[in-house]
Amino acid sequence: MENFSAWLATEGWTWLFVVASFGVYLYIGLRSRVDETKDFYIAGQGIPAIANGAATAADWMSAASFLSMAGLISFLGADGSKYLLGWTGGYVLLALLLAPYLRKYGKFTVPDFVGDRYYSNSARSLAAVCAIFVSLTYVIGQMKGVGIVFARYLHIADWQGVVVGMVIVAVFAVVGGMKGITWTQVVQYGILILAYVVPAIFIANIITGNPVPQIALTTSDAVSRLDAIHKDLGFAAYSQSFSYKDNTAPLAPLSGHNMFNMFAITFALMVGTAGLPHVIVRFYTTPNVRAARYSAFWAILFIALLYTTAPAVAVFARLNLIDSLHNKPIAEAKKLDWFTRWETAGQIKFVDKPTPKPDGKTLPPDGIITIAPGDVFINGPKTAPNLNSRNELYVDKDMMVLANPEIAKLSPIVIGLVVAGGLAAALSTAAALLLVISSSIAHDLYVNLIDPKAPEKKRIAIGRIVILFAIIVAGYFGINPPGYVAEVVAFAFGLAAASFFPVILLGIFDKRMNREGAITGMLVGSLVTAGYIVLEKFIKVDMQGMLGGYYVSSEGIGTIGCFLNIFAALIVSRLTPPPPKEVQDFVEYVRRPSTD
Amino acid sequence: MNSKASPPEGKSSARDAAYWRVNLIVIGVLLFVWFVVSYCCSIFFVEQLNEYKIGQIPLGFWFGHQGSIIIYVVLILIYAVGMDLLDRKFGLQSGSES
Repeated sequence: MENFSAWLATEGWTWLFVVASFGVYLYIGLRSRVDETKDFYIAGQGIPAIANGAATAADWMSAASFLSMAGLISFLGADGSKYLLGWTGGYVLLALLLAPYLRKYGKFTVPDFVGDRYYSNSARSLAAVCAIFVSLTYVIGQMKGVGIVFARYLHIADWQGVVVGMVIVAVFAVVGGMKGITWTQVVQYGILILAYVVPAIFIANIITGNPVPQIALTTSDAVSRLDAIHKDLGFAAYSQSFSYKDNTAPLAPLSGHNMFNMFAITFALMVGTAGLPHVIVRFYTTPNVRAARYSAFWAILFIALLYTTAPAVAVFARLNLIDSLHNKPIAEAKKLDWFTRWETAGQIKFVDKPTPKPDGKTLPPDGIITIAPGDVFINGPKTAPNLNSRNELYVDKDMMVLANPEIAKLSPIVIGLVVAGGLAAALSTAAALLLVISSSIAHDLYVNLIDPKAPEKKRIAIGRIVILFAIIVAGYFGINPPGYVAEVVAFAFGLAAASFFPVILLGIFDKRMNREGAITGMLVGSLVTAGYIVLEKFIKVDMQGMLGGYYVSSEGIGTIGCFLNIFAALIVSRLTPPPPKEVQDFVEYVRRPSTD
Repeated sequence: MNSKASPPEGKSSARDAAYWRVNLIVIGVLLFVWFVVSYCCSIFFVEQLNEYKIGQIPLGFWFGHQGSIIIYVVLILIYAVGMDLLDRKFGLQSGSES
């Protein structure tokens, strides 16, 4: 009965936080009603730098950043740096190379810029199609995240959770457009960062006695303790890079990258981040160029708050997990509330394996949990146990952030807050992506190509209809996710890195770049990247076997695509006529921060 | 210096070119630091740096998990403040519209 009242307390607090935060989103959405396309697509360019920074941070940090990243780092150890740096370093590129100039340009979308700079409607349409593809794949993951959180904590079905999320997003995105989205994102950032940092502070204090996670990670003995435990259990030290070398990484397939691949993946993620349309478009909404630069600063500051907390959470979670489960009888583990809950959800699984003895015989299964290197199962939790490894505990990396506060026995209030934070992260990113899809279809394709004379009222009505339609499509895929979502995300980053980033960069920094060069570059970059990913991930060609030491993983192929794009564009542009005089003046104009 | 009242065409394009050159130098220096911390310190020479410690953790590990991110924040702040000064020096402020 005591368990029941504890469960009720958790559920009560969770409902309270979720309903209250959703109420605020709805209120802001309804308050931010807009009637003009400029307000609908770029919030009337009236968002102050610090608010835009917070909105950018919420926009960028998705369900994956909030729910999965710390867990992933916790399994990868030092090699997790590729995600930590890959998903933050792009902001330096964005701030220095793209944001101020795109703000000066001052129109609505990324395809707008491509079309105007390269005086070509085909370039613009190509960019619009890429933007739709990239954003649609991304938004499916967000909707799925909403469903998972609802199902796990509020005991309603996945699909019901997705539908509730769809209705909320529909209200603030359809009514308020970019303006509604921006101000809800500001609030969502507040909720998600609080939900991430508060439990981290409690756990840091419990484990190290220092409440600041970043300082606790650096100055306490947590990492050296974990390194020692890892060695005892037969893993590579947590802080050791390239742990694949001795094949003792806890998550072998994901960390098996050599130095070149670590570089390629980190670089592709950075350039991909800087090239994602839903991130770029946030810098269109500031009042001027100066505010765009400062809002990039606020954005990276707000993002860094979560991204420097995550590695600390990762270390604490790993310590906690090993501490509470390794060498414990399964009967004792089953008494833990969270263990049984996540076991029922299929996120954690124990297999009792026979223990090998020095004389070659084996002892029968002993009912005691062993954590060791190697995979528990041959190929995922639904297949047979892998008897070559003594590892007996399967833990899904996605459960770590959500389960961590429970493992550390934190109060139900904190757990409720974490749930509201996960939903805020997913909804804020989903809204931004939906707006990009809407602007690409309604503004870049429909109004620009089919009905350029459409009056203001019609344009905004079409924008609203398309966003509603996009929400329904995203919701459908969120409920019935295609099996290849993870593979498709590699696609999104690869394409952003190999098409958008170079084409915009050259458009600003190379005045001589012309239509022919840019289109060739985009085609070469995206075809090489897409082709390689299709071969490796979908047709399952053994690239590693074929290329040996020259192997590049699909996550890193965007780096190659990006350089090929720039290379091809430079060569072709020098062999074809220079861009017309107006376009060269346009480049001058974009480079000048003042309005004259 | 304060001749902001629309200089003749030739003069203003010389000013723009000078502004752009300084801008490229600022970007170049900051991106150099960005490259060194992201790739040299966190990937290429991480094992060598791990011989040293900051606080109680290996230095290379710190760059990969904390240090580089903190440096990104500082780099963008330097850029925003620096470009502000540069805009003012060249009379190219973008303020006032808000």
